[in-house]
Amino acid sequence: MLKIDNLSVKLEEEDKQILKGVSLEVPAGKVHAIMGPNGSGKSTLSYVLAGRDGYEVTSGSADLDGEDLLELEPEERAAAGLFLAFQYPVEIPGVGNMTFLRTALNAQRKARGDDEISAPNFLKLIREKAKSLNIDMEMLKRPVNVGFSGGEKKRNEILQMALLEPRMCVLDETDSGLDVDAMKLVSDGVNALRNEGRGFLVITHYQRLLDHIKPDVVHILADGRVVASGGPELALKVENEGYSDILKSVA
Amino acid sequence: MNQDVKRRAAEAQLSAMPLPEAEASWAREARAAARTRLLEAGAPVRRDEYWKYTNPDALTQPLAAVAISDDPPALHAGALAGQGALVRFVNGTLREDLSDSLGGPAKAVTTLSQALSQDISIAREIFGALEAAGQEKVDRPLAALNTATATEGLVIQVTGEATPMHAHYQQIGEGSAMVHHLIRVEAGGSFTLIETGVATNTVLEVDIAEGGAFNHIRTQTGDRDAHATHLFARLAEESALKSFTLTADGSLTRNEVVMDLVGDNASGHVAGAILAEGQTHTDNTVFVTHTGVDCESRQVFKNVLGGTAKGIFQGKIYVREGAQKTDGYQISQAVLLNDGAEFSAKPELEIYADDVACSHGSTTGALDPTAMFYLQSRGVTRAEAEAMLIAAFADEAIEEIEDEALADLIRDEVAAWMAKRG
Repeated sequence: MLKIDNLSVKLEEEDKQILKGVSLEVPAGKVHAIMGPNGSGKSTLSYVLAGRDGYEVTSGSADLDGEDLLELEPEERAAAGLFLAFQYPVEIPGVGNMTFLRTALNAQRKARGDDEISAPNFLKLIREKAKSLNIDMEMLKRPVNVGFSGGEKKRNEILQMALLEPRMCVLDETDSGLDVDAMKLVSDGVNALRNEGRGFLVITHYQRLLDHIKPDVVHILADGRVVASGGPELALKVENEGYSDILKSVA
Repeated sequence: MNQDVKRRAAEAQLSAMPLPEAEASWAREARAAARTRLLEAGAPVRRDEYWKYTNPDALTQPLAAVAISDDPPALHAGALAGQGALVRFVNGTLREDLSDSLGGPAKAVTTLSQALSQDISIAREIFGALEAAGQEKVDRPLAALNTATATEGLVIQVTGEATPMHAHYQQIGEGSAMVHHLIRVEAGGSFTLIETGVATNTVLEVDIAEGGAFNHIRTQTGDRDAHATHLFARLAEESALKSFTLTADGSLTRNEVVMDLVGDNASGHVAGAILAEGQTHTDNTVFVTHTGVDCESRQVFKNVLGGTAKGIFQGKIYVREGAQKTDGYQISQAVLLNDGAEFSAKPELEIYADDVACSHGSTTGALDPTAMFYLQSRGVTRAEAEAMLIAAFADEAIEEIEDEALADLIRDEVAAWMAKRG
């Protein structure tokens, strides 16, 4: 489904190589985790996949079901089925959360050639999705992420994911800033979306998220490269031994 | 030397306009005083400090009054069409045949031409008087020119909760169209004036008595020649003024708001949303004087500038000695949609009282790229994401409008501008 091949990326503004030939493939229905120390390039990978400005791809490719993601505008990637849950969801004063969600859903439907969803149907849909994530309607009426707590912001990300039903979900440090209860709520939201047709790439610094969202494969990213891949036990090894031992053992 | 040039230009402007005839002696005196003010100040020139950012040349051409047109085009009031009792001004002439009836509950309405030929006390008290008072610290020659020569407008005395009126201006052909309104809101009265369309030079003198409330909603849209507006307001104790203007494009727009919070506990809010693309120039100049104690004033201006649009904001809060407990606030912000657009702001505070809270701020920048990326990453197209952020930005000025239904219509007008922009 998501195929990243030998992807190398530098910062546009400065001559700094961040990713140095990352390759991995997430098949439909699978959850892959990427772990790695700070500065290893995890967030850069997520931003490059989603199409944020400021990065230059120097080599390699990233395809979603054979479609070259790197050629597309961010909104086209979204329409193609890619979703990035942000580590730091953006506050947008003056834009109502509800308006935002509806505009996003309709934009994607339009891009796929579907009709726009009617206001009553949208309301019904959003109520149903919000309820399972413990999001009250009051929160939906506020401006996008403005004044939201850390947990509310992350739940709002998962709500968007549930609403937009992407085929490929990239979660960037979704556990950061969450207490245990909030992490469970968010993880349950993610797990509810797991199905045969959907792939997940879960980026995290800590193993604890992976107790809740069980990965099929774990990759260790260090200094812009995947230095180790394995089963869930690799995450436990990180937890027990820290990154430095693993990095030494692969060096 | 410079003053000679300015005076000659003012003389040329005056002589291009016919002298109003058959007016009462008090009106003739008010006209003469305005002519003197104009000639002493002279026409504005680029070298004037007050015109540093806006070249006034297009506003100081000696234009004759535009010919009276019998055949006005259809109304062009945009989203505000149908709001308030309509009064149409075509080439500066009030067309009662095309207007709603001038009366209505809780207000007495007459035309300026009638008022100036009779002895109507509110006209006598206000006409040229607030304009003259507004020249205390800064020359405003275009307003004096208007008082000296404008022949038509509305004279409205509000005695209670009056229904809104809607002045709509149209101009056909070359020349100058001047309109001059006088409004007195009597104690406890409230009134909303809507203005749409554009005339070359409009002056609005508004005198608000104790506890009175005046709301002003204005749109300036469509292709148009250079034009200038002045709103002079005097606020008595516990009175309130709220003025909002939406300006979309326009080769040269200069809006001056001059208000004096004379009575204690008065509140004056002036807001503007500016949407401009292409070769346009929009100047909002505000001068707020705090005279009374415990008054509050607020200036909120939001500029959305694309193409080679220029946006100007000159805002002053002047606190007189003794105007204690003044709460003055001012913010002007601009979003530049591309490199050719420009915004200049000149905030000024002049304070002679020691127990006041005055603040001002100004920012200029692009649309937040992080917010753009966030919206796009959810599938929102670039154009739609821009439109959402622009609407949110402009909304901070629109929120200053008292009437929520009118605010929504202004939002529709903003949406229409963005749809046209594509």
